This record gives sequence, structure tokens and C-alpha cells, in this order.
Amino acid sequence: MTFIGKDLKVVGTRPIRPDGVDKVTGRANFGADMTMPGMIWGKIKRSPHAHARIKRIYTEKALSLPGVKAVVTAADFPDIAAEEAFAGEAIMDFRDLSRNCMARGKVLYDGHAVAAVAATSPAIAEAALDLIEIEYEVLPFVIDVEAAMAEDAPLLHDTLFTQGVEPKPSRPSNIAKRINFTKGDVEAGFREADHIIERRYTGKPVHQGYIEPHACVAAVAADGQCMIWSSSQGHFMVRQYCAHLLGIDISNIRAMPAEIGGGFGGKTLVYLEPVALALARKSGRPVKIVMTREEVFRASGPAAGSVVEVKLGAKKDGRLTAGEVVLKYQAGAFPGSPVGPGCMCAFAMYDLPNASVTGYDVVCNRPKVAAYRAPGAPNASWGVESCLDELAIELGIDPLSLREKNAARDGTKAVHGPTWQNIGYAETLAAVRAHPHWTAPLGPGQGRGIASGFWFNIGGESSAAVHIAEDGTAAVATGNPDIGGSRASIAMMVAEVLGIPVERVRAIVADTASIGYTFLTGGSRVTFATGMAATEAAERVVEELKKRAAMMWEISPEAVEWRDGMAYPAGPNAGAFEPLSLGEIAFRSARTGGPISAELSINAQGAGPGFGTHICDVEVDRETGAVKILRYTAIQDVGRAIHPAYVEGQLQGGVTQGIGWALNEEYIYDGEGRLDNPGFLDYRIPVASDLPMIDTVLVEVPNPRHPFGARGVGEVPIVPPTAAVANAIYRAAGVRLRDLPMSPPHVLAALDKSDG
Amino acid sequence: MKKYHVSTTINGEPVEFLCEPQQTLLDVLRDTLNLTGSKEGCASGDCGACTVIVDGRMVCSCLMLGVEAEGRTVTTVEGIATGDTLHPVQQKFLEHAALQCGFCTPGFIVAAKALLDENPNPTEEEARYWLAGNLCRCTGYDKIIRAVLDAASEMRREAAE
Repeated sequence: MTFIGKDLKVVGTRPIRPDGVDKVTGRANFGADMTMPGMIWGKIKRSPHAHARIKRIYTEKALSLPGVKAVVTAADFPDIAAEEAFAGEAIMDFRDLSRNCMARGKVLYDGHAVAAVAATSPAIAEAALDLIEIEYEVLPFVIDVEAAMAEDAPLLHDTLFTQGVEPKPSRPSNIAKRINFTKGDVEAGFREADHIIERRYTGKPVHQGYIEPHACVAAVAADGQCMIWSSSQGHFMVRQYCAHLLGIDISNIRAMPAEIGGGFGGKTLVYLEPVALALARKSGRPVKIVMTREEVFRASGPAAGSVVEVKLGAKKDGRLTAGEVVLKYQAGAFPGSPVGPGCMCAFAMYDLPNASVTGYDVVCNRPKVAAYRAPGAPNASWGVESCLDELAIELGIDPLSLREKNAARDGTKAVHGPTWQNIGYAETLAAVRAHPHWTAPLGPGQGRGIASGFWFNIGGESSAAVHIAEDGTAAVATGNPDIGGSRASIAMMVAEVLGIPVERVRAIVADTASIGYTFLTGGSRVTFATGMAATEAAERVVEELKKRAAMMWEISPEAVEWRDGMAYPAGPNAGAFEPLSLGEIAFRSARTGGPISAELSINAQGAGPGFGTHICDVEVDRETGAVKILRYTAIQDVGRAIHPAYVEGQLQGGVTQGIGWALNEEYIYDGEGRLDNPGFLDYRIPVASDLPMIDTVLVEVPNPRHPFGARGVGEVPIVPPTAAVANAIYRAAGVRLRDLPMSPPHVLAALDKSDG
Repeated sequence: MKKYHVSTTINGEPVEFLCEPQQTLLDVLRDTLNLTGSKEGCASGDCGACTVIVDGRMVCSCLMLGVEAEGRTVTTVEGIATGDTLHPVQQKFLEHAALQCGFCTPGFIVAAKALLDENPNPTEEEARYWLAGNLCRCTGYDKIIRAVLDAASEMRREAAE
């Protein structure tokens, strides 16, 4: 059943989230907040080298320190074979994952885990780390993507041969994969063009920057049953990966979802959980491991750094005739950068008759990248959206008109294959044109830029259960960690279907033994896919409630109508009965067939793609090179905002991460291949005083595949900001920045160059 | 390692604890006293997730030793509400949807209370600079600032009544 276009009572309102009070009073339990009887503390010994062969590990001294209960190294983990895992938005191989959690044979980056200890206090565990001695043979290393692609670059893996090139290479390489999408005749398209522009844009790796470091507690009972409590974007993922990495039956692991203190894609894989399990197994004690902030930066996944080459051809009137993009993405120590999605996103917003997109997935001696909010898309759009702005300036067309002229619409065939249906990109452009921000006056030294962004959004496997209590209140359980308010949106959809106030629906995140399999929280899928499962489960409950009312009235269930949480006779022919409330039916449920509940497991299809366009005003300080964001408006097609305040929050948060990416954030390596800025002092994420209010406009083009019309909303908003900021800087200061971050020294250097 | 005996007042209650000399106040709150509302995001004073009020002053509890709490009065996020009645800052955080993951929220709640204790009528800019030591990666700060300013105006209204 669809609720699109219906008069709704709960969906679209702004109730207080069900987990809110616990979070403002300090009662919510995150990864590091768990303790267990007999629990001890684990810590991880990490590589000081960017690339080295592990010759020998001496653990005896550490083991003899009083209080140390176990030490593990790669020898305590099975050496598993290569096997691809479906990791949602990122490619992941179990062999690589195992070696990322605990180095085997070689260390591949500064911070790579080499050994771990568990001891009766954090201080003893720390002291024991210093007693583990490791003999290394230090190897040449390579940090940057183009250096890693060079013929004579130090090789990370002698078993890595470039996929996607013919003939199959005979020599190993750091290029894991080459991919290409082509549409039309690119050469002919460029011949047709009146104007061709070719530019190169670069960006450094940036970290997701969740404020909660990775944390977990693992326990193993004498009969082999394991419990893992951890902060992750998917406790079913934690269960599956730990089982695979340690050779344990999945059913012997119960994974419990802690509250998660931010993830943004960075908690879609495991780092600590398999190590904690191995230590717990060896010591016979529950083991807690919490990363320090330095470990988070050195050893958990940043987003890929990249080099993006863009070539665009257009007619004088701005109509694009051809486009060509080459994307070189750093994967970090193991293959699996998001270059594939990057390639697909590069031109997804445009109706481009002829285009070619080529991507390279390149390993280098950095931490293995992890998904980060629309993984791969910001890198590609940084190039394409900047280049479009440069083209607009060269053609003398305003950048909004250029986008309007070339925007993908329903029926447009995208370069990567699909033909768009029910998309709202043009609607976001129309909303920009109608917005007062677009025409607001600017002061001297100020400039305005726009840029657009796209993300696929995904559906996938989800389970939800709706239970009616004896008093007519309801509980809804799902299997997705709630990363930004999904318990609120799910409770609202269930309340809408049941016809009761949202305060009467309790939403919880159930552990892996208490609900059906649910794919992780990622791809902006939870409100779409899990919301769909919860909605359908609630609809089944309503059918059951009608049946029960029919039984009580001794009429046919078809003669019962459900409205506003009450059963009514469907019409005069059904008979004259006083309506029955949900509570009255529930109270008598023992006499009409037992408890009323429904659990549903689905594989949700039809996630609607998301498009957004942002307007950014900046002021550039010509003395210091500092860029101040004066005003920012994010406009996005969200399908249908279930809880508008949390949808706005997704846009505001994504924009802010994008502004950080644009202006300050970067991984800085020293000459030895060691990370120089593994802390929030030197890796500077935006703070409150850096920003204005972030205005949002929620455009609603309903997604017909979702009962309420919802689309994923969380990822699109990080895509436009880097280019929106650069485009604004150009108009404010007359300098074009093509290398991220646009931090004060870089901006100042560009200003000096233009003045000189 | 030898432990030291510390007498202090936490959230209005007299509290005694034993701690090692290198343990921070945050370690003691979380691991010894089970007050896990204060969070560790960096252990270097950069993120503010561990913010507490000590003798009326806002501090990062990761930068203060447990032994330094001797004789002092400490308020943590667990002590901001009065029984079942939320502090206006807490209530406004809920109403404005000023949290997503909620991990930074305890630090912001404590820091915002400290702000409003000192300055009941902050401008947006004053609120932004006061809270610049508290990192949030989810919200973009917009709704946090609105919640704090709204709480301030509600508290002024209440005070005037």
C-alpha cells in the first residue's frame, strides 16, 4: 500500500526522538561504555614503519609481566584465502581484512596492527606493548597515488596484477584495477565542440572524523559461544566478519549493537572486534579494546585521496557535447578504493551524449580506505563541478544556466548505464533559481559559487518486527544501528500505519539473535529499506487487528476498516458496532488467537537516487588566505522527509564535513611515511565558530518505490561543497584553486601568484 | 602502583575514590565511578566530549588528574538535570533535534550550561566561540546553536517570572 499523496498525521512532523533523553542525560551506552565481570583490557602494538617485512616478534617479556593475560599476533588467526565480501558501498576481501586487522608477513603502513595484548589494567597493557619486540626489515614505501602508479614504484603486494586491462599483465603492480565507462562517440563529441577545457584537480585523504573512537568488548564462553558488544554500522556485519576471520560458526556469535558515536561509512568494517575475540579466547576473560584518537587516524579508514583529470567540450550556448574524466584513487594498503562509484557519479547529473570515464584503484603505504559518506563521489564531483564552473566562466554563461541546460531528467540515459526515472535534479536547480540566496547582494571581496551532487542510495536486506503490547502500545525492532535518528523515523512510519501517536511506539535496535538478518547502516538505506520492512510489518499487524475485530464482532474481516488506531465496521451492511480501539483488541488478544505481532524480512529494491545543489558565499582574507563561509544553502530532493528536522540535520552535517574537506582537512605524511597529524589539533575539522547557520531546502519528488516516498538523504550533501567553495573563492578573489584543501597557506600562495 | 585517596563532591553527592597518580579525572569518572556519560573522544583536550564543570569552571576532564579533584566540586552530564526534570538546554536539544549520534552531546550539554551560567544572553557569535572547543561531526552545529540560544531565552523568561 502506498501512503504517497495521503493526508498523514505523523510522517512529516518533528517529534522528539525515542532515544533522545538517554543521550542528553549521559545514559546512552556507546562502544566504550560497556563493562563485564572479570573484564580485562586489550591494546594493540602498531607498526612504526610505512612498509617493512616482519622478521620476528618476541612476546615472552610481555607475557611474563604480572597482569598480562594474553598476547596475540597473526599466528593466532587463520591465514584465510582471498574471498570477496559484499560490503555495500565498498569492495572488501576477507584475506585483506584479516591482514588489515593483524599484519601477516609485512606491515603496509604506519599504524598497521602487528600484535595485541590483554591485561588486567590499561596501564599494564600499555606497559606490555613496550615489552613486545619486533624485528623489521624496512622496505621502500610509496605514499602518493601517481608515484605508486609508476613503473618502478615499490610494490606492496607481489600477488597484485591489474584487473581490467588486456592482455592480462605479467608483472605485479600497485594498480589493482582499471575500469571504464563509455557512452557515445567521445572523439566525435569533442570535434563537435566549439570550446574545450581540460583541467586537473587533486585532493588528499580525509578522515570520517567520528568523535567516538572504535571500541568493543568481546567474551568467549567455555562452550565456544561468543558475545561482541561494539560500536559499528552493522552488528550483523561484525558477526559475519568475525566468524569468517576467526573460523567460528556464525550462530556461535551474538553481536550486540552499542549506540554508535558517528560512522559516516568508517564503521562498516571491523578493526578491533576480531582481535578482542582472539584475546578473549586465549585469556578466557572478556576483553575490552578502545582505540585512541591517534590510532583512529593512523589505522582506521580515511577516504581516498585522488587525482582527477577532467576534459569537457561544449557548444557556444553551453550545451555539452563530450566529457572525459580520469580518476586515480588511493586505496591505501589494500585494493578497494571507491573509484567505481566515483566513475559512475562523475557525470551522473548530466545529459551527456558522449563521455568516457576511466578509473584506477591504486594501493599505497597508507591505511586502507573505508567508505566515507557517498564514497568516491566527492572526489569525482570536486573535479567535474569545478571544471563546469571554469567552463561557464570561459563561455560567459552563468553556472546555474549551464547546469539547467545540461541537467539529467527523467528518461536521460546516464553515462554508467541506467535511464533515470523519477529524479529531482532539475527541481533542485529550479529551487536555486527561486531562492533569495541566489540573487542576494554580495559585498566587496565576497563571492558566490554553486555546485551539484549525486548519490545512488541503496536498498537491500532488512528485517523488522512490530509487536503489540496488551495495552495497545507497540514496539518495533530492527537490525540497523541508529546512526542519526532512524529509530525516530521508523517509529513514525509504524505509528502512521497503526494510526496511533508516535509516543506509543517504542523503537529499538535488536541484536543479531533477536531479529532477522539486516544489512549494515550505510548507503542511506535505513529509512528507505528498513523503514519499508517496518511499514509492511505494521500493515500486517493492521490486517491481523482487523481480523481480531471481525472475530469479536462475528463479521467478515473484509467488513472491517482501520482508521486512526480503531476498527470500524466498513459500512452500514457490516453491522452497527461501536468502534474498537487498538488497546481493546490487544487486551482481548488471548481470546482471539494470541499475541499480535509481525516480523518481516525483505530485500528492498528501488532506492531512489538523490540529487542536490548548493549555494555558497565566501569572503577571502587577502592577508592571511583564510576563507570564511558567509552563507550556505543546501537544496536537495529528499523524496519525502519522514522527520524533517533529522533530514535537515543530514544536509547540515554533510555540508559541514564537505566544508572541512574543502578548507582544512588532510592527511600529512613526513619523509619517513609516518602520519604527521594524527589528532584533532593538527587535523582540523570545522568547529562552531567556523560556520554560519546552514540553510536547507527540502525538495520532495516522491520515490514511488517507498510506501511514503522516501529517498536516502544522508550522502548527497557531502558531494557539492568542495567545488561550491572553490567556485565561490574564484568569484571572491579571482583565483582558481584546484588542489584540496584550500587552507590559508594554499590560498595565500595562489593569491601571491596572481598578484605577482 | 600505589593509589591515592581522594574526597570530592560529584553531582551534589560526597564521593570518595582511590586512583593511580596518572589516571585522569575522566578515567576515574568512567572506569572507577561508572559515570560513563562523559566521553573520551581524543584524550588531548581537543574535542570537548569529556567536558565537566569543576568549581564552576568548564574543564576537559581528560586534561585533569583524578587526584586534582581532591576537595573540589564536580558536575558531570549526569548531574545537569534535576531529578526527572531536564535542564532547559537538554530539553531544547531534544526539541531542536540538536543531536544525531549523540556522542558529543554530553560535552555540549555541560559546556552550554556553563555558558548560560556565565552569560544568560549570549549572541550567536558568543555561543559559537564558547562552544568552539566542542567538536560535533554530525550536525554542522546549526541546530545545536539554535537549541542553546532558545534555552537561553527560555531561562531568561523563567528568571523574569
